[in-house]
Amino acid sequence: MNARSLPLLATVIIFLLAYAVCYSQYPAMLSTRVIGNLLTDNAFLGIVAVGMTFVIISGGIDLSVGSVIAFSGVFIAVLLRDTGLHPVAVFAMLLVITTLFGAAMGATIHYLEMPPFIVTLAGMFLARGMAYVLTIDSVPITHEFYGRLQDFYYLMPGRGRLTLIGGIMLLVFLTGMILAHRTRFGMNVYALGGGVQTARLMGVPVARTTIQIYALSGFLAGLSGIVFSIYTSAGYSLSTVGVELDAIAAVVIGGTLLTGGSGFVAGTLIGVMIMGLIQTYIIFDGTLSSWWTKIVIGFLLFAFIVLQKGLVWIADRNAGALKSAR
Amino acid sequence: MLSRKAWIGAGVLASMAFMASGAVAQTIGFSQIGSESGWRAAETTLTRQQAQERGIDLKFADAQQKQENQIKALRSFIAQGVDAILIAPVVATGWDAVLKEAKEAEIPVVLLDRMVDSSDDLYLTAVGSDLVHEGKVAGEWLVSETNGKECNIVELQGTTGSSPAIDRKKGFEEAIADKSNLKIVRSQTGDFTRAKGKEVMESFLKAENGGRNICALYAHNDDMAVGAIQAIKEAGLKPGEDILIVSIDAVPDIFLAMAAGEANATVELTPNMAGPAFDALAAFMKDGTTPPKFIQTESKLYTQADDPKAVYEAKKDLGY
Repeated sequence: MNARSLPLLATVIIFLLAYAVCYSQYPAMLSTRVIGNLLTDNAFLGIVAVGMTFVIISGGIDLSVGSVIAFSGVFIAVLLRDTGLHPVAVFAMLLVITTLFGAAMGATIHYLEMPPFIVTLAGMFLARGMAYVLTIDSVPITHEFYGRLQDFYYLMPGRGRLTLIGGIMLLVFLTGMILAHRTRFGMNVYALGGGVQTARLMGVPVARTTIQIYALSGFLAGLSGIVFSIYTSAGYSLSTVGVELDAIAAVVIGGTLLTGGSGFVAGTLIGVMIMGLIQTYIIFDGTLSSWWTKIVIGFLLFAFIVLQKGLVWIADRNAGALKSAR
Repeated sequence: MLSRKAWIGAGVLASMAFMASGAVAQTIGFSQIGSESGWRAAETTLTRQQAQERGIDLKFADAQQKQENQIKALRSFIAQGVDAILIAPVVATGWDAVLKEAKEAEIPVVLLDRMVDSSDDLYLTAVGSDLVHEGKVAGEWLVSETNGKECNIVELQGTTGSSPAIDRKKGFEEAIADKSNLKIVRSQTGDFTRAKGKEVMESFLKAENGGRNICALYAHNDDMAVGAIQAIKEAGLKPGEDILIVSIDAVPDIFLAMAAGEANATVELTPNMAGPAFDALAAFMKDGTTPPKFIQTESKLYTQADDPKAVYEAKKDLGY
């Protein structure tokens, strides 16, 4: 048993236990409808959480993603309303913008040696502000292409729907896993999280990797914005406030160390699903205050931080024991 | 942690299931925006009360002002197979997909107090108040109260550009349009708040000869009226006598003022939107009676003659 995969194991066990409890009370919770909903409703969160996983593994943080999602929705809605551009062209423009936005933040963090917290906080205000400048209204998207995207789903047995956006999220997770564990970029990200100095000594191109990480997070935030706009078929500058914090919570519950250097993309998917499951349970119950979602997530986060700290402590002690044995 | 909480929940639920199994309990999901104002809190309280009276098992979901939470709640209601859904939508846009899903699952949806911009065959009906009508009721009261006497009116408007401010102004103006004795001499925004209502009223009083030229105040909501009453008292005049006061909403505090003789009339924006919604749903489920697409709630006028003290007592625990 590897100590590093213990948080992931804990996450999986908690998820299965929680689902079993939900199922025992509401057998309908195991229907394909609920599973389809979990994927569809959390698609936008899952996609940004993948980007956040890379950022956190590298020892950074990206607070701008929630605002970037809102900006994306407003950008798409306003462009589709005011110009004759096809949505696909707008999507492409948007992804270029958000990727460059992320890259610019990464460059600022690296070259000006600023803490990621401050730089991405500025990015958060900037993106939200840009959304407000474009419009303060909730702008509906009526392009018929959107209707086709929304009607594109696979009807599972039991009338559950695997929607396009749910599918996109699963695809992003799959790509993220390959990127993290099977490529040089992924290795560089882990190395960076272990410490910038050591990474540099190992020959990791620190500048390029940092910029790539935040560009990836910006790209995925843009993609998440597209997914969110398909989800609500509207752009609204006040939407997705605080999603960056949900994403961070999902990453930590998914077993990634907040200090960087260790974590799994797959764990983040389970983290997102646990959060979705809690919400679904509370709605199924219908009598609990929906703020219980936050309370339970708060407890889980706290438990995971303690678990991580405990593991680090045990690992240190073992290392110490080894040394004295020698 | 989750599991322990869940087990407590299980116990509560099991006992509830026993209670519910006796009656022909219907399950209705209610997706509320949040609890941003006293009025909305009262709407939630009344919806729960109305559901309880009818033996309906109400599944309540507070969206914390977020549309994504409301969409999630609606999808979960559908997955759970509820009999009907009530929703007070936080924004007008973006409901097509989820309303279509509800329609395909044959679950009727009723909108409460706010509208959506989706096609109206996607929901059963909408229950709400007519803001123009509210302004009209307030205007008509003043017309009959002044009964032909010369009267200069000052108006405290709601937040500039908000639909209640625009429509309540419009309705009031329509009601007094052909009465030459009634004239709005000053009109300014008080932002729907007490503090701003007081401040603006102070400037009205100064501008109109210490208030001696003013015969009536029309405030777009009760809170501004309560603030204005304070200003009138400080100026040494008697609110309710020297200056007639009519406002809209019927929150508990205005009834205290009415009981003290300091306010004259208020038009109720009823927080009981769920009652008419449940009635419409019951009729629809019984024999398929399709209700009209918009059910207008009553804009009831309360004056000092309506025992304001008793109304206050009845309203004060609703969560306003």
